[in-house]
Amino acid sequence: MQLIRRIGSWFDARLQLGKEIRETAEHPVPRESASWFYVFGSAALITFGLQLVTGILLATVYVPSAGEAWNSLQVLNHDIALGWFIRALHGWGSNFMVAIVLIHMVQVFLFGAYKYPRELTWILGVMLLLVTLGMAFTGQVLRFDQDAYWGLGIGASIASRVPFAGPWLVNLLLGGPIIAGATLSRFFAIHVFLIPGLLIGFVCLHVLLVLKLGVNEWPVPGRIVRRATYLREYHQLTHTKGVPFVPFAVWKDILFSGFVLLSVAACAVFFGPFGPGGPPDPTIIQTAPRPDFFFLWIYAALAFLPPAVETPLLLTAPVVGIALLLLLPFFAGEGEKSWKRRPIAVFTVLLAAVALGSFTQLGLHTPWSPVMDAWSSMPIPREFLHGRTALERRGAIVFQEKQCRNCHSLDGQGGKRGPALDRVALRLTSDQLVRQVIQGGGNMPAFGKNLSPAETTAVVAFLHTLHPAGQAPARDAAQDVALGADHARTPYR
Amino acid sequence: MSIDTVVSRRAVLAKIGLAFNFVVGAILAVPIVRYLMSPVARGRSGGYLDWLSLGGLEQFPVGQTRLATYHNPVRSGWDGETADIPCWVRNIDGQNFQVFAINCAHLGCPVRWFPQSNLFMCPCHGGAYYQDGSHASGPPPRGLFQYSYKIDDGQLFIKAGETPTTGSPTASLNGKGPSCS
Repeated sequence: MQLIRRIGSWFDARLQLGKEIRETAEHPVPRESASWFYVFGSAALITFGLQLVTGILLATVYVPSAGEAWNSLQVLNHDIALGWFIRALHGWGSNFMVAIVLIHMVQVFLFGAYKYPRELTWILGVMLLLVTLGMAFTGQVLRFDQDAYWGLGIGASIASRVPFAGPWLVNLLLGGPIIAGATLSRFFAIHVFLIPGLLIGFVCLHVLLVLKLGVNEWPVPGRIVRRATYLREYHQLTHTKGVPFVPFAVWKDILFSGFVLLSVAACAVFFGPFGPGGPPDPTIIQTAPRPDFFFLWIYAALAFLPPAVETPLLLTAPVVGIALLLLLPFFAGEGEKSWKRRPIAVFTVLLAAVALGSFTQLGLHTPWSPVMDAWSSMPIPREFLHGRTALERRGAIVFQEKQCRNCHSLDGQGGKRGPALDRVALRLTSDQLVRQVIQGGGNMPAFGKNLSPAETTAVVAFLHTLHPAGQAPARDAAQDVALGADHARTPYR
Repeated sequence: MSIDTVVSRRAVLAKIGLAFNFVVGAILAVPIVRYLMSPVARGRSGGYLDWLSLGGLEQFPVGQTRLATYHNPVRSGWDGETADIPCWVRNIDGQNFQVFAINCAHLGCPVRWFPQSNLFMCPCHGGAYYQDGSHASGPPPRGLFQYSYKIDDGQLFIKAGETPTTGSPTASLNGKGPSCS
């Protein structure tokens, strides 16, 4: 013990940091702020630390070359002792980091911690969110598999839509006119040098500001933030009713950080590393590219935007969104902090959460995509064929063979791009079915050039049988009057 | 000589030093920016947009649409599998061809050809195209991108060397209105 103290004082005599460190550790924080709600910032920091360590470990094996990256990931997964575990830690650590940064941001927003004098802390926090998302995206590219390859293609397509500079931006992004070796090299440089450098810088400034300006006090309804009086009030609060950060608040940070690290490790052990998926060979086109979890909502939103507004929205929405976040402390820098008196803030958070959650959910299921192998892998259910005429069964074969099933489900199986056809005969008469099949419309391709008259007759005959047993199919009553009731029964039932 | 004048002389020297560093920085910035911009500059020079062979015509039967592969003309030794780029070749009647980019005109995902329904379908957001590349349904704002082609000595050549995207110069040259089938 004596020895440790002597070594400590030897260093302190030279570094002369002991006093500052002690003052920082024991700086007073409001008593209520030593709360479990205030642990997310330190948890984000600890996950970044984990990413730093595991990232360096991975870089000792990973080969940042388009020709070799995928193979080196296989080596990490299979040949190197616990390489899979380090990959899994890095992958799950990334998901946890994004999630915790988002939770931290929501907490700060709802507790009004971005208000005077902590505007710059918030702005740096927004920058930290952006660089964290940048790390997540570039990291997904370094897992150089099919999804990464086509994800880059999606990125290039979006960049190309920028007016005038689009083609230049694509070349800058990809390191050339086509995704190739240069592309992976630059994303490696961005992921490993550029963004981490920014991240470390932003983190240092962010933490420095937290220490300089003090931890946000617990928001109390009715306690209004005013530029003229806030600093004095905060000083009074911390110096009369404050507690030293160490040990009153820090133990919760430490415990929660440990819990987060343990959770990452548990996910890594139980669920393993992410991919890599198929090799980054663009000639293997049997693939349905998907982004990682935290980008699924963008992927889903892109399926729903009408073509006319897609480009303007793609290019302006991120700019407007980021600008709003950055400007928030300037148009709401004073006033109520408590979320109990800020209904618009609460609803904004709820709206964002519901929107992101719904789009992510949709992105997981992609109901807008054809199921590419439905026509060959999902047979027509028996009850749709039982007791049918030869023509109707022939129609069922046409229905499968022409890949109608890729977009239309029967009995819950098949694509969800078009409507389910289990009861289509209730909605459309035979004539309407013929028209829809031949001319398409309503976002369905026209099959007129692709079906012989006999095939059309057969498939419509089959579609006309698709109705519940007790309910008659739709028919054109005017036709019955004009052509006689017998017509309604021929040629289809 | 008073202290003030000494300090101000040092201050002037410091300012000159700063200005000197600024000039040196500006001089250094030129090659750095030029280096960073090299993908943009290089893209417009040697090899870019070449006539590239897709192989002999016998690979593309009349009336059918087949997957073909070409080599990226601006390749480097470490491209690996990414150096081979696929495309769809439609032999309309033995004389006339259409060569479509693999990339969906929406966001660049790989479209798949379904000869049974004569449709190209995209797995990402559900875009679909007819056999002549025209838009059939879904979010794509236009038909499939097409490469210019020529037939030389029994081989099919296309002019390629760039990922076709909505904004790329080749996209506006080719395939804006796919020829009628």
